[in-house]
Amino acid sequence: MRTILFLLQKEFLQIFRNRLMLPVIFVLPLVQLLILVHAATLEMKKIDLVVVNRDLSTWSGRLAQKFTASPFFRVQDAGNNQEAAQELLRKGQADMVMVIPAGFERNMMREGEESVQWLVDAINGTTAGLSYAYASAILADFHRELLQETGYSAGMDLPSGINVRERYWYNPKLNYKIFMIPGIMVLLVTIIGMFLSALNLVREKELGTIEQINVTPIRKYQFIIGKLIPFWVIALFDLSVGLTIGYFLFNMPILGSLPVLFAFASLYLMVILGLGLFISTMASNQQQVMFIGFFFIIVFILMSGIFTSTETMPAWARTVNIINPLAYFMRVIRMIILKGSGLTDIGREMIAIGIYAVLAMGLAVWRYRKVT
Amino acid sequence: MEFLEVIHVSRSFGPVNALLEISFTVHRGELFGLIGPDGAGKTTLFRIVASLLLPDEGKVLLKGHDVAKDYKQVRRIIGYMPGRFSLYHDLTVEENLSFYATVFGTSLKESAAYVHRVYSPLIPFRKRLAGKLSGGMKQKLALSCALIHRPEFLVLDEPTTGVDAVSRKEFWEMLEELRDMGITILISTPYMDEAGLCDRVALIDKGKLLQTGSPSEIVRTFPAKLYVIRGENLYSLLGRLRKSPEVKYAFMFGREIHLVFRREPDDPARWLGPLTGTVDGTFSIDPLEPGMEDCFVELMGKKEPVDGEENV
Repeated sequence: MRTILFLLQKEFLQIFRNRLMLPVIFVLPLVQLLILVHAATLEMKKIDLVVVNRDLSTWSGRLAQKFTASPFFRVQDAGNNQEAAQELLRKGQADMVMVIPAGFERNMMREGEESVQWLVDAINGTTAGLSYAYASAILADFHRELLQETGYSAGMDLPSGINVRERYWYNPKLNYKIFMIPGIMVLLVTIIGMFLSALNLVREKELGTIEQINVTPIRKYQFIIGKLIPFWVIALFDLSVGLTIGYFLFNMPILGSLPVLFAFASLYLMVILGLGLFISTMASNQQQVMFIGFFFIIVFILMSGIFTSTETMPAWARTVNIINPLAYFMRVIRMIILKGSGLTDIGREMIAIGIYAVLAMGLAVWRYRKVT
Repeated sequence: MEFLEVIHVSRSFGPVNALLEISFTVHRGELFGLIGPDGAGKTTLFRIVASLLLPDEGKVLLKGHDVAKDYKQVRRIIGYMPGRFSLYHDLTVEENLSFYATVFGTSLKESAAYVHRVYSPLIPFRKRLAGKLSGGMKQKLALSCALIHRPEFLVLDEPTTGVDAVSRKEFWEMLEELRDMGITILISTPYMDEAGLCDRVALIDKGKLLQTGSPSEIVRTFPAKLYVIRGENLYSLLGRLRKSPEVKYAFMFGREIHLVFRREPDDPARWLGPLTGTVDGTFSIDPLEPGMEDCFVELMGKKEPVDGEENV
């Protein structure tokens, strides 16, 4: 026990003396939250829309006007020159083009229907889909207005019979930031835990100091504990910083219990530190740690459900996610913070991550003993 | 019971035989040197002695303890200094020392008398980061750390490699004092001139032990008569000498040629005359007392059957 204390003392002394490490520990959480939360958003604003109006009637003018009034669109008028509008799309200066055909008003009056052509830049499928959805909503709205004015609605086959009133649970204002903050905190804790521990361990190998440690009476388990505890503490500290920022700066509600969250995070970190230790046994220098680490972490992050829901992933991906520790924490942290889930709600995840922790640690320690 | 017994130790790394059937003993209180060129297997042997590596075959007994099995006791007896400086660069001199002291359950104060001789030159720099020390000071710090738990046995892997001549001399003086304090020392070095400073040495090359004995014994057993040739343009001469049927082998030794005859001519000076014919300058040839390096070359030649013409 005394030996572990001396190791911890040495470890913290080195961490706090490292000019590069301190910013990583203290500035990283701030930067990640402040920048990423704002940047990594799926809310669409200022979609560049070019309107080609070939009808030049009152109604077509009103349709264009409706888009101008929306905060989601930034409208440019291309007159009736479709070529020019498409050129803008090609140059990337427009996201969408709406072509209102000649005879739009007349056909609407007479037939009650007319087609509007949409050209959408779909390099990013998600944005294209969302832009189109916004546009459709505005079109539908416009259609309803027209029908009411013309009195066409009198008893005809109209969808106005069902009035949809939505209420969004757990995130009533559909605030994307509140969804993102917990996710980014998971990334933060993971990166700190996995990379710092692996890098630190492999540095002892690189400098040869491990050789000197090995001839002392320090036991391997003491050495490992002395190495992992600091990063366990630092990662939990960063989690608290993240929660504080989220709560005060972004008004993120914290509905669930913090002790439950920290209990889960502590277990989760055992998994991550175990993986870090495992990586360090495979690598012989810090570059290799970075490469192996990136391989794991990129796959884990993209599959974790930080941006996209894991439930919509194909079956094989959901199977792979059984071994993705990030997916568990990503789900649990959002459940606890946004939904107020308690211990009973996350019991299954808790048990799974507990088993995972035992396995990851066991495997890493076993390999560590074998290698050195 | 011998202090240290190395018994038929072999170790290979894949297809490379790093050590082959190495056996020797070190007596208590001795300064024992392991001499050999780079890649001879010195570090591998030291790592085995320090219980950091297991031999494929054979064993090492330290005061009767098998180092592979009783490594816990052995590590308290041994102070090991690896070839590479392997202390914490980002801790100060004092922090490094007290870290190793606490890990061994002792303190700098308790071991003060033991490390004082080595540590005292470092006292003015005790607040300096270890990574910022000069080569000679790093080496003293490493030795202090190896001594901090008052070991009976010091294992020093090439401590003087890459250290300037003055620091090397100083270091050897320190080792002699430590030996006089009763510490047994096993040291390796690629420098032949340092062999003479040891009580006994073992010569090792390509994983094989060539000879063991005190430096004077080894020099005394040099089997042939050695000559030295001095002069200018020695390189041009060397080629001719090697082609001469009388010459067993000849090699450059600093700014001299050392030479051993296969058939010794009655008058070496007269024999040399015609050979130097077209080479500019004057040459002298004289008998010479062999040094450690000459013995080494002789022994290496014995182990390695190379063709006579291009020997060494």
